[in-house]
Amino acid sequence: MSAHGEAAHAVHKDYEGAKIGMWLFLFTEVLLFGGLFVLYAAYRSVYAAEFHHAAGSLNVFLGVFNTVILLTSSLTMVLSVSAMQKGDVRSSINALFWTFVCALGFLVNKYFEWSYKIHHGIYPGSEEMAAHHDKGEVLFYGLYYMMTGLHGFHVIVGMICMGFIYYHIRKGWITPDDYVKLENVGLYWHLVDLIWIFLLPLFYLAA
Amino acid sequence: MSHDNSHAHHEPIPYHVFVIVWIALLVLTGITVGASIFFPGVIGITVAGIVTPLKAFLVMYWFMHLKYEGPAMKIMVASAMIILLILLAGLLGDILFR
Repeated sequence: MSAHGEAAHAVHKDYEGAKIGMWLFLFTEVLLFGGLFVLYAAYRSVYAAEFHHAAGSLNVFLGVFNTVILLTSSLTMVLSVSAMQKGDVRSSINALFWTFVCALGFLVNKYFEWSYKIHHGIYPGSEEMAAHHDKGEVLFYGLYYMMTGLHGFHVIVGMICMGFIYYHIRKGWITPDDYVKLENVGLYWHLVDLIWIFLLPLFYLAA
Repeated sequence: MSHDNSHAHHEPIPYHVFVIVWIALLVLTGITVGASIFFPGVIGITVAGIVTPLKAFLVMYWFMHLKYEGPAMKIMVASAMIILLILLAGLLGDILFR
């Protein structure tokens, strides 16, 4: 990266470096969830029948519906970046808004899903679990709450980042010539989608 | 505005490209769900095992713009994925064939 004539008039910004930094962070996220996937595989190999049985009690429709919501939110996120790139700030903000709405919809579904289960006494450490469910099922639900919970936390962080990005666009700090922050939030959001893509078959389709 | 030293600001990509990828992701989800319902067991798990990484690839390649990045970024991500696969293969091999 030698000093080109063009760069002389502007503050130096290393977009490639900014994106590499984001990817490096995403790799640590992949390791975090990767470890949990290994834990799932280890327990599933020991308690195959129990995992199979417990997975049958999860609502496949809700799981798939949430997958469609997240895939759609990934589309609107990438369209937001694309619109910004083309100089269409208004469309970019609209797409970002719909991404936020999808994220909210995902969490609302998750809320109903979790509260239904918790209402029936299925949560880590409950008396119902200790009395009527064997060890393998307890482990399955432990992983289910841990992994979807950690993923849900990432969805919340993603929504906070979207709000942050919206503020920056409104303030004129993100422009069609300088939108790497929007791109990096996009990268993060796609990772959240990516993790859910793996969670769906492991929990909802495992029965 | 295409500087020869910057891959960060690539040429604008038409919107329909992403819509097509989105449709592909929905279809692949449908295939995985269908297989798990109508062919539970080995076939369902095999289909999920093939289709899920394919979906991940579509998201990374198009939505995460890897297709439009320079070789440095592609190599970096590919290396990280290969290292992750080595980790998973080693651990799963130990768990399953112990």
